Amino acid sequence: MAFIEALTCRECARIYPAEALHVCDYCFGPLEVSYDYEAIAANTTRESIAAGPRSIWRYANLLPATNDGAVDLGAGFTPLLRADRLAAVLGLGELWIKNDTLNPTGSFKDRVVSVALARARELGFKVAACASTGNLANSVAAHAARAGMRHYVFIPANLERGKVLMSAVYGHNLIAVEGSYDDVNRLCAELASEHPSWAFVNVNLRTYYAEGSKTLAFETAEQLGWEAPDHVVVPVGSGSQLTKIAKGFRELAKVGLLDEEPHVRVSGAQALGCSPIAQAFADGSDYVRPVKPDTIAKSIAIGNPADGIYALDEVRSSDGAFAAVAEGEIVEGIRLLARTEGIFTETAGGTTIATLAKLAAEGVVRRDERVVAYVTGHGLKTIEAIGDLGPTATIAPTMEAFAQAVEIEGEG
Amino acid sequence: MATVRIPTQLRELSAGQSEVTVEGHTVADVLASLDADHPGFRGRLFDDAGKLRRFVNVFVADEDVRFLDGLDTKVDDGQTVSIVPAVAGG
Repeated sequence: MAFIEALTCRECARIYPAEALHVCDYCFGPLEVSYDYEAIAANTTRESIAAGPRSIWRYANLLPATNDGAVDLGAGFTPLLRADRLAAVLGLGELWIKNDTLNPTGSFKDRVVSVALARARELGFKVAACASTGNLANSVAAHAARAGMRHYVFIPANLERGKVLMSAVYGHNLIAVEGSYDDVNRLCAELASEHPSWAFVNVNLRTYYAEGSKTLAFETAEQLGWEAPDHVVVPVGSGSQLTKIAKGFRELAKVGLLDEEPHVRVSGAQALGCSPIAQAFADGSDYVRPVKPDTIAKSIAIGNPADGIYALDEVRSSDGAFAAVAEGEIVEGIRLLARTEGIFTETAGGTTIATLAKLAAEGVVRRDERVVAYVTGHGLKTIEAIGDLGPTATIAPTMEAFAQAVEIEGEG
Repeated sequence: MATVRIPTQLRELSAGQSEVTVEGHTVADVLASLDADHPGFRGRLFDDAGKLRRFVNVFVADEDVRFLDGLDTKVDDGQTVSIVPAVAGG
């Protein structure tokens, strides 16, 4: 907080005070937080970060809010795991998985919500709200409960059972909207105008909220011994997470926490059933044409992505790529990651692994690169998606039944 | 007549009103009437080339006009046209 200078329009550079504003009054462009980077550099070292909490708040100097503890369930500082078995299957060399399934509510959304609601409290808000594809709903409901804030959480009515339940358990109000996420989002954008006393984390607080995703880059660099990777693969719904990961690596260099300017290739993963940005990338277009989503990867099923053009810019300027994968590939991605690395992810993670496999096969992600794939949500959230997995055998509790039913592979 | 819903960012142009009623049978007509009744909307909604700004979304009866006929989308009597900032969500 101490280091915020103002909010600046990304399109026309008009300057606004650091209040609950998310778009430019003049051109409707998104607002970005501007920081005093010299002051951050003077007050932040690798040692000061290492002495901080084992959560996103160890990077508080680079975030637009101060942690007063009230909305901190322990988001962030998740494991970065070397993934040699998966790398071998995909023909890659040094591959790492950022296992962000291990957040308090099972997805990376805890990072952005902790930041948004910390800022909301600083601005005096008492009510939390959001438009969600599911993971955000889980996280806002949980953090609002923790902070003693009332909440209004809006989701599409056709969400997975687990995500509905994981939002409802924290109390009122969970509103299921008949329509797609884009319908929910439009409704919330209009509701935010009528209820200015509500902190819609991804509408009027969006400028602060989005900054939370930078911690995915900060942690990755710190966990690699303060080095940036060569290539990252990121799941893409709105495009916000991808653009903020790219920004995060640049900021580390700007405040002297990386020894040299990073050159991170950034690639984006979409589901074929909702791939407006991947399509624009393939077409060489500067315009992201909205689509009607139809995919099992509901957490990234955003047909009208707010940061689509910015994600496109980051991917193009970093020499990365976008790819889109089919439903069967997403399910196989989930199972491949589970089999090879012991990590169970939801459909967005399956999309990321399947996209990584595709880009590796095409030679876009290369064997000589240090690669990080972001796996951002837990598999228990989308158990419907992986079909009829079950026991290898169901047997009577006898030695004979086991011997008959199960062929033992090797011994020892 | 159509009802136009105005986002917070533009209510200074509509004397603080969240909804106004204007004439028009297409989105283009409705937005032209809006500017005639409340001068200033044109410059805020359209760029210099006369195209809707890329961060402005327009909905007729809750459907994005980009899935309909864009600015030529028909607006029936009594329907609601919503102007909504595009940057939200995710």
